Amino acid sequence: MNLRRDVFQAIADPTRRAILLLVAAQSMTAGAIAANFDTARPTVSKHLQILTECELLEQKQNGREVYYYINAKSMKQVAEFIEPFRKMWDDRFNLLETIMKNYTIKE
Amino acid sequence: MELKTKISAEDGKQELTITREFDLPLALLFKAFTEPEIIEQWMGTKVLKLECKKYGSYQFETSDGKGNVVFRANGVIHEVSPNYKITRTFEMENAPFGVQLEICEFEQITEGTSKLNMHVIYESGEKRDQVLKLPFKQGINMAHNRLQDIVSKLNTSR
Repeated sequence: MNLRRDVFQAIADPTRRAILLLVAAQSMTAGAIAANFDTARPTVSKHLQILTECELLEQKQNGREVYYYINAKSMKQVAEFIEPFRKMWDDRFNLLETIMKNYTIKE
Repeated sequence: MELKTKISAEDGKQELTITREFDLPLALLFKAFTEPEIIEQWMGTKVLKLECKKYGSYQFETSDGKGNVVFRANGVIHEVSPNYKITRTFEMENAPFGVQLEICEFEQITEGTSKLNMHVIYESGEKRDQVLKLPFKQGINMAHNRLQDIVSKLNTSR
């Protein structure tokens, strides 16, 4: 059974972020990805496993090779997770603007 | 509708930047950060204390309809340069997020418009992401309710 890992913990690691950048440009095999790093191959495999478990990467069989693809849907979630925070500040600032516009009228 | 507030939060960093342009003269924008009665309105919280000066401090508290305290925060103020900059800390009480450092910079764009740049630094990247993932829906609804309250008060006072 695969543990569903925390997406944000996954992207906090610099090597994993580098892997995502690589694969985002082009789908690649584990070997081709590992060739881009000085890190030992099993370490890269471990990173790939984590990224796959939290569904940031997808594996697809292509003949005898397994290719890694970026999961665009999950990456979009990563970008969207700050939206509620942004909305909260935007609401506050809209209110601030309304209040201060009224303030000028009163003075 | 496009939100006027922009947030930049790079992956793995322990900081973020909030920027916003206001349809307000710089002095009015700055005033909204230094007057307790005004902060109470737009932040939707009670200001128990605010000494808006170097070595000063502040305390916020929010209660629900039944008078139970649901949110309490405090911080110290390091710098207040009128119409230019406020440096302060912020700590949510009884919460595991630690203390954050907030550097608020105010800038004039034109006579009637201004810009706020808030640089917020957390204790760690992990703490920043925890704060970002808080359930803000409640906060948003509270802000909406506050807006309705204020608008209805304005209407009845005319």
